[in-house]
Amino acid sequence: MGDVIQSVLAPAGIQAARIAHLWWVMFWVCTVVFILVVGAMAIAVTRGRRGASDAGHRVLSRNVAIATAASIAALLVLLTHSVVTGRALETLKTPDALRIQITGYQWWWDVEYLNPQPSLRAVTANEIHIPVGRPVGLTLLSSDVIHSLWIPNLHGKIDLIPGRVNEMWIQADRPGVYRGQCAEFCGLQHAKMAITIVAEPPDQFEGWVAHQREPAPPPTLPSQQRGLDIVERGPCAMCHTIAGTTAGGRTAPDLTHIASRSTLAAGTVPNTRGYLAGWIVDPQHVKPGNKMPPLALSSSDLQALLDYLETLK
Amino acid sequence: MTTRAIDVSGLPEYGFGHRSILWWATLGIVAIEGTMFALLIATYLFLKGRAETWPPGVSPPLLTWGTVNLVILLASAIPNELTKRAAERLDLRKVQIWMAVCIAFGIAFNVVRIFEFRSLNVSWDTNAYGSVTWALLGFHTVHILTDLADTAVLALVMFIGPVDEHRFVDASENAMYWYFVVIAWLPIYAVIYLAPRVA
Amino acid sequence: MSAARPVTGRVEVLDADDPRLGSASLERERRQLDDAWAYARGIAGWLSEVNHKAIGRRFIATAFVWFSLGGVLAVLMRLQLSRPENTLLGPDAYNQIFSTHGTTMMFLFAVPVMLGMGIYVVPLTIGAREIALPRLVAFGYWMFLFGGIFLYVNLLLNTGPDNGWFSYLPLSGPEYGIGRRADVWAQLVTFSELSSLVVAVSLVVTIFKLRAPGMALSRLPLFAWAMLVVSFMIIFAMPAVMLSSSCLIMDRLVSTHFYNQAEAGDPLLWQHLFWFFGHPEVYIIFLPGLGMISPIIATFTGRPVFGYLALVMSLIATAFIGFGVWVHHMFATGLPQFGQSFFTAASIMIVVPTSIQIFCWIATVWTARRIVFATPMLWILAWFCVFIIGGLTGVMLASVPLDLQVHDTFFVVAHFHYVLIGGAVFPLLGGVHYWFPKITGRLLSERLGKLAFGLFFVGFNLTFFPMHILGLHGMPRRVYTYPASMGWGNLNMLASIGAGIMALGLLVYLTNVVVSLRRDEAAADDPWGAADLEWATSSPPPPYNFLPSPTVGSRDPLWHPELEPPVVLGLAADKREVLVTHLLDGEPDHRLEFPGPSIWPLLAAIATTILFVWSIFSPWGVVWGAIPVFVTLVGWFWPRKGRPPREVEADRLAGRLTPTEITS
Ligand code: HEA
Ligand code: HEA
Ligand code: CUA
Ligand SMILES: [Cu+2]
Repeated sequence: MGDVIQSVLAPAGIQAARIAHLWWVMFWVCTVVFILVVGAMAIAVTRGRRGASDAGHRVLSRNVAIATAASIAALLVLLTHSVVTGRALETLKTPDALRIQITGYQWWWDVEYLNPQPSLRAVTANEIHIPVGRPVGLTLLSSDVIHSLWIPNLHGKIDLIPGRVNEMWIQADRPGVYRGQCAEFCGLQHAKMAITIVAEPPDQFEGWVAHQREPAPPPTLPSQQRGLDIVERGPCAMCHTIAGTTAGGRTAPDLTHIASRSTLAAGTVPNTRGYLAGWIVDPQHVKPGNKMPPLALSSSDLQALLDYLETLK
Repeated sequence: MTTRAIDVSGLPEYGFGHRSILWWATLGIVAIEGTMFALLIATYLFLKGRAETWPPGVSPPLLTWGTVNLVILLASAIPNELTKRAAERLDLRKVQIWMAVCIAFGIAFNVVRIFEFRSLNVSWDTNAYGSVTWALLGFHTVHILTDLADTAVLALVMFIGPVDEHRFVDASENAMYWYFVVIAWLPIYAVIYLAPRVA
Repeated sequence: MSAARPVTGRVEVLDADDPRLGSASLERERRQLDDAWAYARGIAGWLSEVNHKAIGRRFIATAFVWFSLGGVLAVLMRLQLSRPENTLLGPDAYNQIFSTHGTTMMFLFAVPVMLGMGIYVVPLTIGAREIALPRLVAFGYWMFLFGGIFLYVNLLLNTGPDNGWFSYLPLSGPEYGIGRRADVWAQLVTFSELSSLVVAVSLVVTIFKLRAPGMALSRLPLFAWAMLVVSFMIIFAMPAVMLSSSCLIMDRLVSTHFYNQAEAGDPLLWQHLFWFFGHPEVYIIFLPGLGMISPIIATFTGRPVFGYLALVMSLIATAFIGFGVWVHHMFATGLPQFGQSFFTAASIMIVVPTSIQIFCWIATVWTARRIVFATPMLWILAWFCVFIIGGLTGVMLASVPLDLQVHDTFFVVAHFHYVLIGGAVFPLLGGVHYWFPKITGRLLSERLGKLAFGLFFVGFNLTFFPMHILGLHGMPRRVYTYPASMGWGNLNMLASIGAGIMALGLLVYLTNVVVSLRRDEAAADDPWGAADLEWATSSPPPPYNFLPSPTVGSRDPLWHPELEPPVVLGLAADKREVLVTHLLDGEPDHRLEFPGPSIWPLLAAIATTILFVWSIFSPWGVVWGAIPVFVTLVGWFWPRKGRPPREVEADRLAGRLTPTEITS
């Protein structure tokens, strides 16, 4: 499988690398154990078949005891390695880390870049950018049912549980685009609740986040203006926010910079004009059961809306 | 073939206590329901441990009726033990008498239970504290109700028949179950009435 | 090994030439027993039957029906997942199907089928005439049957469970669990747990009190030991899920807040309660399988299993540790580090007793007199390969950091199918093949049996091995589809093909059952040359199991005829009388008349079913539904024999009624 966009075995950060190392130790120890035990059984079968064994009770007891002791020793090795790895995973916590709050919704991710200064916060959805080489502390919340954030190339998963606050510490050591997915069954569209992680050099990241803090640019062309009118007066504004407009709904993904994201509907389809149009007109076809109702729009209204949304870079 | 044999026809046709199959079956049921009570108590303590204040937003239950029931339940151990002993002596007259007394006790604590529910100061749908408190009291009530019903049916048999030795074994097992219901009340009482009063 | 300990009390030892041991006398007894224990006839008789062999057979057959349905659902899932972005099943159908598959396999197949084997085999292997509390066991069967029907009727009505086999909150709670689906799941659990609980109690009592004279606990066959330990696990584990699912129903029906974080409840409370049951549950499925391995290995190697005491202690240790590891299913919930290390250590500790058992079996095979590669033995030898793979992935999962990666992925799906199927279903299919002649009086065909085994073995590995790799490559479980760009297509296709081969293997297995049942050739009493008591009677046994009833002088009674244990005489033959023995040493204690066929267990089960179903719709269902339950229970337990109280009292006053001592 050449694909490494979502894999435990292709670590792109220190946390996943530590676990991958643990995995390979486990894998080899267990392989050896398997060969030894099944091999012993195979020898036993060939000997037993001849009915030739003269091993006395004493010898058998001794051998069973030795095998048990060896197993315990192997288990202690694995246990130690596991605990040591667990400790190491804790060491990424640092006070000056980048802090991001991720809230799970059926079936998308709300993302907020935290900052003590409220004006420096940024809100987006379903896609996060992180600077390479810097620890990132994720605060994990849920607004409805239990979800679980899993970005295998960076770390294992942690659940998002209503009424609880969980944390996860990651760091990307290689720039790249990684895919994550909700891992806890959360209802109808659990399968289509993905998240994109873009790890980029720190200065590039700073530029990106600064841009995300900006409100949406005002429309310039008439058709774009008409698109904004549709958003503000139509049903969109009840659920979505577009900073700098009157659209301020909080129950659906923030659209302020929707055009800068690579996918739609939490990784369900690529973010192109065609897919966006298909999504707006018939979201239930693309992702049955999701909470967005279909919009009955004339084709010119639809084009205007698309024109506007495409400006939300 | 020279088969030897043992002849068991001289053995009795019933046995009390741990010799009896029913005793073990009753013990099995006690184990199941005891586990259930223990888990409910664990649930209570788990929720209490997570809450900032306990009971959350309501006052603790009044002590009066629960304590009254504690006394009645403990006192019921006396006729219960007398029933058990009479049964193991196959003394039908005494069994009839003491079972009737047990039934009177059973009615008494079921009636007092109504007042207990009314003095809990919380409803099951107020919050999780209310839910688990009602569940504890409710589950115990199911036990005192079914045990009362059991005892009543068995007493009826003792009065109108048909009676044989096995009914005395039944009466003895029934008494054992009654003990379980009484003993289970001690930790439940402590949890319902005392736990909300300690931090 | 010493001969049976001398029996004491009012037990008489007869010489071999006693006339009561003559064939004429035995023949008379046989005729009486045939009468007293006759299977009930006709439809009404069928509905009232309580004999452990009839009920055991029904348990096994019914469990295999649910297994086939659950397997068909699995094949549907495999079809859906065989290609990326497949549209055979939509999300709603897929979610109901995987949930019903898991629920069926755990609650309606794996546990009941093992209990069914226990109900059938345990009384025979300990030399008893009947299981203790036979009517209760019949009641358990009806609850099990009605529960399964209830589940599948709801699946057909599109109200099948859709939150997986552990139904996490809040997804299944009042706010997000739409319709009645979560209630259906919760009530199915209540049905099946009630059934398992009553059977568990019966098995404990049977094993404690109905063993043949001379069968001290230290001579109890290992299969019976496994069922004893499992029964205890059921008794202490299943109340947790009955409690948690009752609370779930109450949250949904009467607005309690057990799991509602907004009102001082907690969704994680559910997970703790569920897994406090759920982890022991997997060992409840697994230990009977271990129990079947011992007699099969002993039989086909011609050697008593090495390390009896170690095996027994291992079973018990597994049960104990099994109650202390539940949190390893919750590592990703973000519990404190220290607690997690504790549960890792406990989960790893549980490997030790399992490995001791494996080493003892290897030692047995090592010193075999001969090895007969009959089909049951093949299933067991294969068990060593597949179960160990599953066990080793379990060790990996027990490590918190690694589990954070592979939790809720197909890696876990691979683990648990390797242990459930590899660890429990392999011995089960071998065990069914092994005991089939005893149960039906016909041997299964070895040729078809080996073909079925081969297909299943290949198909099984082809299905589930690739899932490890899929999990490592990021495929979460419980997804109804996946994008083509993930690159998971090929391995999924392979798994689906494997599932087809596995289904074919099972088809051959079931064909073998049907074909063999029609064969004329009757099976011998002891076709395999086995050591345990069930092989001392005819195949199938008479309703009363043994004539005369055996006693036991060693752990492998049939292999030690030179110890010549005496037989039991003096049990009444004109009624269903059973010998009750002492808990530890198995000495005769008293004779007890057992109940015969009765329609009341069925009626009580119907009344209970009404209560359970009604309570999904209204809390009053519990109140009003309790009345018919009460009535049927009174009908059930109301005594039929005895005399008017006045006469009994008169007897006592005249000194004609003397109580037996409480203890002997
Ligand atoms: C028959 C059932 C069965 C059995 C026997 C086991 C056996 C084990 N299981 Fe498994 N398990 C399940 C059924 C079972 N499991 C199920 C159904 C689930 C998933 C539920 C769900 O989520 O739906 C699960 C999930 C599960 C998890 C949670 C995974 C997750 O959700 O993230 C974990 C984690 O610790 C775990 C661990 C173990 C361990 C340590 C054993 C051990 O007992 C294994 C011991 C055996 C061996 C190790 C092999 C033999 C030993 C030797 C050859 C000796 C030498 C060995 C060494 C030195 C290593 N299991
Ligand atoms: C003992 C338990 C048991 C058994 C035997 C099985 C048997 C099988 N399971 Fe099971 N499985 C579980 C317990 C079990 N499973 C559990 C607990 C879950 C978790 C559910 C959850 O997440 O909540 C699960 C989940 C699960 C999944 C994951 C679903 C998901 O997460 O999205 C998959 C996917 O492939 C799967 C496949 C199979 C297959 C192919 C079989 C095969 O072995 C089945 C073979 C059997 C038959 C095919 C039937 C008999 C054959 C015939 C009658 C012949 C005729 C039939 C045909 C021609 C079709 N199972
Ligand atoms: Cu969110 Cu699965
Ligand atoms: Cu487990």
